[in-house]
Amino acid sequence: MSVRTAIVRRAIDVDALLAEVGDTANGAIVLFLGRVREMNDGRAVSGIEYSAYGEMAERELAAIANECASAFGIAHLAIEHRLGMLALGDASIAIAVAHPHRAAAYEASRFVIEEVKRRVPIWKREGYVDGTSEWVNANGVPQPHAAPEHRT
Amino acid sequence: MTVTALLFASYAEALGSDRVEIALPGSTTVRDVVAHLRALPGGAVLPASPLVAVNLTYARPDQRVVSGDEIAIIPPVAGG
Repeated sequence: MSVRTAIVRRAIDVDALLAEVGDTANGAIVLFLGRVREMNDGRAVSGIEYSAYGEMAERELAAIANECASAFGIAHLAIEHRLGMLALGDASIAIAVAHPHRAAAYEASRFVIEEVKRRVPIWKREGYVDGTSEWVNANGVPQPHAAPEHRT
Repeated sequence: MTVTALLFASYAEALGSDRVEIALPGSTTVRDVVAHLRALPGGAVLPASPLVAVNLTYARPDQRVVSGDEIAIIPPVAGG
């Protein structure tokens, strides 16, 4: 069993993540990369600065990985989320999940990214080509899921 | 008693600080801490019931807090 999560401040080494989940018991590996996209909401993006409540982000990410492992029978999983200033095309998150069969691997991968977006305390400040920058989803804009399971 | 409130991202920017020590009476809840912060300069940006974590775990508004607790006010998350 190999389940690892990390919040990092360096480029994500995708090959290393794939190697971590490379056990030959698994016939399927799904790799998801979240990347900095060149346009958001009609504006030309120059980069994104990611920040976090580091200690809690580590804990939530680890909890998600453990929930994923038990819910989908995943024995090999590696997740890294990057912080700091990222340029266009840089990967902000990588999720490598392996399973003997593809269906569970796809489902587990989707589970992880949706849970990360819902509950890991990470924020992004988007920089634009015109020199301005803004917090994404900031200042009380309601979230689609305001409530991790502990709230009612 | 004294608790530490942590602010992040847009909330830290609005209040001009990422850490506020708050002295409050003995029987206090998450809701009271939020109300205190909302009364500070710039605090109007906080919603009445924001996401809050007490000692690294998401908490309800009526959860009691005790001296020394770390109370994080969590802006809408945007990871991934």
